[in-house]
Amino acid sequence: MDRSSHPRSRRFAPVVAVAAAAALTLAGCSSSSGGKKSEEGAADASAGKATTPRMTVALVTHQAPGDTFWDTVRKGAEAAAAKDNIKLVYSADPNAGNQANLVQNAIDQKVDGIAVTLAKPDALKGVIGKAEKSGIPVVGLNSGLSDWKNLNLLEFFGQDESVAGEAFGKKLNEVGAKHALCVVQEQGNVGLTQRCDGVEKTFDGKLDTQNVNGTDMPSVKSTITAKLKQDPSIDYVVTLGAPFALTAVQSIGDAGSKAKVATFDLNKDLIKAVKSGDIQFAVDQQPYLQGYLAVDGLWLYKNNGNYSGGGEQPVLTGPAFVDKSNVDKIGEFAAKGTR
Amino acid sequence: MSMTQHAEPAVDTPPAPGRKQSDGRTRQRPLALRLLARPEVGVFLGAVAVLVFFLFAAPPVRDGSSMANILYQSSTIGIMALPVALLMIGGEFDLSAGVAVITSALTASMLSYQLTMNVWVGVIVALLVSLAIGAFNGWLLVKTGLPSFLVTLGTFLILQGVNLAITKLVTGNVATDDISDMDGFTQAQKLFASTFTVGGVNVKITVVWWLAFAALATWVLLRTKYGNWIFAVGGNKDSARAVGVPVTFTKISLFMLVGFGAWFVGMHQLFSFNTVQSGEGVGQELIYIAAAVIGGCLLTGGYGSAIGPVFGAFMFGMVQQGIVYAGWNPDWFKAFLGVMLLGAVLINLWVQRTATRR
Repeated sequence: MDRSSHPRSRRFAPVVAVAAAAALTLAGCSSSSGGKKSEEGAADASAGKATTPRMTVALVTHQAPGDTFWDTVRKGAEAAAAKDNIKLVYSADPNAGNQANLVQNAIDQKVDGIAVTLAKPDALKGVIGKAEKSGIPVVGLNSGLSDWKNLNLLEFFGQDESVAGEAFGKKLNEVGAKHALCVVQEQGNVGLTQRCDGVEKTFDGKLDTQNVNGTDMPSVKSTITAKLKQDPSIDYVVTLGAPFALTAVQSIGDAGSKAKVATFDLNKDLIKAVKSGDIQFAVDQQPYLQGYLAVDGLWLYKNNGNYSGGGEQPVLTGPAFVDKSNVDKIGEFAAKGTR
Repeated sequence: MSMTQHAEPAVDTPPAPGRKQSDGRTRQRPLALRLLARPEVGVFLGAVAVLVFFLFAAPPVRDGSSMANILYQSSTIGIMALPVALLMIGGEFDLSAGVAVITSALTASMLSYQLTMNVWVGVIVALLVSLAIGAFNGWLLVKTGLPSFLVTLGTFLILQGVNLAITKLVTGNVATDDISDMDGFTQAQKLFASTFTVGGVNVKITVVWWLAFAALATWVLLRTKYGNWIFAVGGNKDSARAVGVPVTFTKISLFMLVGFGAWFVGMHQLFSFNTVQSGEGVGQELIYIAAAVIGGCLLTGGYGSAIGPVFGAFMFGMVQQGIVYAGWNPDWFKAFLGVMLLGAVLINLWVQRTATRR
């Protein structure tokens, strides 16, 4: 009997919460600054709409849940899909075996094209071969720059992590860094390791690496503080994701260090920090572009037989640098969460 | 188990020869052994060992500000480890505790931002949501009689998905918007995430809250009726019920206490970092549980203390940061952490064995 009464009271809770919130708003609890009200009504980029027949494209990535980077990739893919009259099926799993199953799932759905990330190419080899055998065009994006041709993919859109790291290292030389710290938020991630290795290759100074627990921000903060304290000669902190760069700024304050911060990847809070000078520069691999071009590339292939990159070369989306000189312009787009 | 509080191990040993004979049941064991048999002593010695070790191995640790940093790291674990420990003494555990922290922070942030309200509105609603999650866990557990592993694994997955999906639905991104320029933020930051100076060292306010909560929890556990109830339901729920302990109330309220802890740590994260990423928090539940277990709480319930997990959390913070202060090869980071913790647990175990041996 009480089985029916309890769920009702639970269903009632949100109603009470909303009513309470409304009452509080009326009671003058609203904030006079910030918040949704101050957000500009920014429209999404739109380039008209294709009249080609409806097609279905599957985008299968190795995204870990809740990562801001992959959200931007997906937004790019969705924008291209909307423009090209494409139904986009998005799925992701950081486990390579599961990702392969998701690709198989797309084949079973008889989609018209598959865009896939190759974080662990060997695990996906078999299933990509199956897709090709059943006549579904496959393109690669983000990771797998060294493997996409072996797997006979049509085209590839992404950034060479090593190249990005090397560009980063050169930039560090330009700004006069002597001793940098590369902060890895996920121990054992191949792409992240390649970035640090790339930096080390071209950077003239000394580079240390520090692993941190990326799912626990307070721990990230105190670990960077500890490292700065342990080695006061560190004058540049290099983070591999935007949220960690913002945390590194706090760590520097806590440690009483004079180090500066530069990072890979962007988000809208990071743009503010670049503007204010808390963060020196960010290298951007343009995730929106990766998602957009991968979907658009499949559309062009189906409707006009085009090969982006000529089918020979990858299409590079990075590294593009964001610093004080161009931050204002990019900031407009970042506010929408698409840069 | 019994309704007795922790510590005194079975005293059914025959009276020691050559001593004044008593009836054997009330015989006083030597003070040192009695002390050693307390649940927090093993971990205390472990924590001291780890501290001394790093004072030698990592010179920067000797600095006051480094200790403040270690204590900060410990406090963010420790504030959650306390209610998790109480819950464990009460015979249950909570796998959803890690993501519940993020749920709370997301609720406060998104509610204030989307409705453009004073952030305190978000803070209060987040508290209600956190308590409701705890109540739901406890209620489902008591109603169905399922093990807490299943119930809270379910909530863990639900919250993980809800964190992502709702954030994406509401903000269009997977992280919340920056609320640092909104009304009430500075006040809330003072309460949850400020810093003060003691003798030239910057100490985070969470350290104070952590120790205050620990003192309160110790008092509740040892001096109040409610504390007795916790031991009783963790020992044997049926006999506890038979002697009139409100088992349902105790279990549900313990889960709500974990909810309160999740809210507090969630608010700290929100007001410390201004935005929250919806994918965080996964895996933290195991660290809270580990801190409680290292702190001398039994996974089977009925035994433990509130001060033990304080040392447990301190040990976690100390090892995690000590490795960095020592400048060891970061590739080995997690392996070091594991070895250190196992070592500490073994010391803990050894001390208890020695203490309870005749």
